[in-house]
Amino acid sequence: MEQVIANGLYLGAQYALIALGLTLIFALMNVLNFAHGQMYVLGGFITYTVYGQLGLPFVVALLASGVTLAIIGALMEKFLFRTVIRRSHREESTMLLAAATAFFFDAVILLLFGEKQRGVPKIVKGVFNDVGIIMPYDRIVVGALAIVFIAAFVLYMQYSRVGRAMRALAQDRVAAQLMGVRVDRYSMIGFAMGAMLAGVVGGLLVTITGVNSGIGGPISIKAFLMVMIGGAGVVGGAIAGGFILGMMESVGLTVLREYGDVTYLVIFAALMVFLSIRPNGLMGKPWG
Amino acid sequence: MTVNRNTRIAAVVAFLAIVFIAVPVAISASGRFDLYYTLTSVALLSIASAGVWLTFYIGRINIGQGAYALTGGYVSAILVMNHGWSFWLTLPVAGLFCAAASVLIGLPILRLRGVYFAMVTLVLTEVARLLALALPITNGAKGIVSIPLPGALSVFGITLIPDFATLQNSRLAFYLLAVTLMVVCFAIMYRLVNSRIGKLCQSLQQNEELASSIGVNIAYLRVIAYAVSSFFGGVSGAIFAAISQSIYPSSFTVTDSVNFMLNCFLGGLGYVFGPMLGTLVLYFGWDLLFQTGQFQLLIYSGLMIVLMLVLPNGLLSLAEATRKKG
Repeated sequence: MEQVIANGLYLGAQYALIALGLTLIFALMNVLNFAHGQMYVLGGFITYTVYGQLGLPFVVALLASGVTLAIIGALMEKFLFRTVIRRSHREESTMLLAAATAFFFDAVILLLFGEKQRGVPKIVKGVFNDVGIIMPYDRIVVGALAIVFIAAFVLYMQYSRVGRAMRALAQDRVAAQLMGVRVDRYSMIGFAMGAMLAGVVGGLLVTITGVNSGIGGPISIKAFLMVMIGGAGVVGGAIAGGFILGMMESVGLTVLREYGDVTYLVIFAALMVFLSIRPNGLMGKPWG
Repeated sequence: MTVNRNTRIAAVVAFLAIVFIAVPVAISASGRFDLYYTLTSVALLSIASAGVWLTFYIGRINIGQGAYALTGGYVSAILVMNHGWSFWLTLPVAGLFCAAASVLIGLPILRLRGVYFAMVTLVLTEVARLLALALPITNGAKGIVSIPLPGALSVFGITLIPDFATLQNSRLAFYLLAVTLMVVCFAIMYRLVNSRIGKLCQSLQQNEELASSIGVNIAYLRVIAYAVSSFFGGVSGAIFAAISQSIYPSSFTVTDSVNFMLNCFLGGLGYVFGPMLGTLVLYFGWDLLFQTGQFQLLIYSGLMIVLMLVLPNGLLSLAEATRKKG
């Protein structure tokens, strides 16, 4: 029992961090970023290269992942999404662009890093084994780091000037513009931050699960799930959705073990029922 | 649309002549019989994409067509293999089964809008795949294989369609079948969009509350549109299963669902024939780039991004732009 909860919390912390980036981009630009999972994979591979191959400290690798992805995110916003949003008749056109960039990243990752599963040396050795919980120390470190990042993100959004501008933008784009918020600039910063979060989680998790070029799509789907549970475009919702999904996965894998691989089937079915009762998720704004 | 009636009829005749006469002649002249398979796939995929386009028409982003294509394929395969039905009978049954399922699923989820609907339908594709893996009747990951080719279809003793297994060139037969269905499907779509229901659907796309306040039965309309869309998906999936003579849980995945959506985007969401053109371009583009080997996906997605930047409203918006200028 304690084990299941501990696993759920650990999964939830990393899931919430993934969902945060996705929901931030969605809140600011109304773009469903299909490439989020691919950004995560890219971040993982950068950490793998810097920490695993070059042997530099893990912190440097994590920084490198975050910074690279932030730059990529900013460039994507400036040269791709902004242009398409301006020229297109329908907002949904950005989804084609997002899907195309997802394919593009997939191709780049495959060419640069190959299709092999990659792992790095453990950052902390040893296993915690007490009060009925068995958990390797590196998982605890990663989980704690994820929670620190989440807290930092929330505080930044709440109290910094940039965070305030972005929240205003998410609430009402036109009103924010009229109040003198530089919409283009903060959209770019927001996209960069969302991409950076994806890269940082990728860098964190490469130390535990490793990374391979094929997991981008499934990660994106999980991120969509969490955002749906919590409500699209709401920071609190993404965190809640991440922890709920992590907990459900952890409980489901234990309880439903004897029925075979049906955990996700049950989660999906539950989600559809839930969404038909509460179409905006736990705390989403109406019609996202 | 200011195209006059005569040019429109001429365009339809020209199109029919190309797909039914010119293409088979050209293929038998050049000896590239593998193109039949490519073109058949294009025709079938464009049927499924037409369904997705219809849901776009009522203002919903549908990334769940793969689920219905998979369901249709399995329904047809199971009926043929376990119950000995004729393929021709299973074709409409597969479509109707998907339509019925989509009514049940659609009633709750069509209340969702925007990205919520998009994401739920994306999840639906995964649900279908996992169900196919978990249910006993679908034979799990091993799938259903060696499905017999479609048999003869005769009405009152007159053979309308010969047994595919006895034909020398079953590829041509499948091509003609797929193209015929595609023509019928797009005729239905065209008729639907230019009818009263089509106008009502357009009102849903623009403002559901307003439409509802005027007295449009929005719940009924969107379920109907979604059912028609899923019917197309089911039919195309059933024929796919018959052509490949097999169906697996991985026959239609999230990637296929996304591709159906991309076909619509690429062709242009404002045009009935957008999905057909989009499928043709995407599928052929992918095939042509095969020679570039490992760079295939890179070039393909790069071109897609460029296309999106240049023509964000779809390929068919090009025709409109030149018409406006001229």
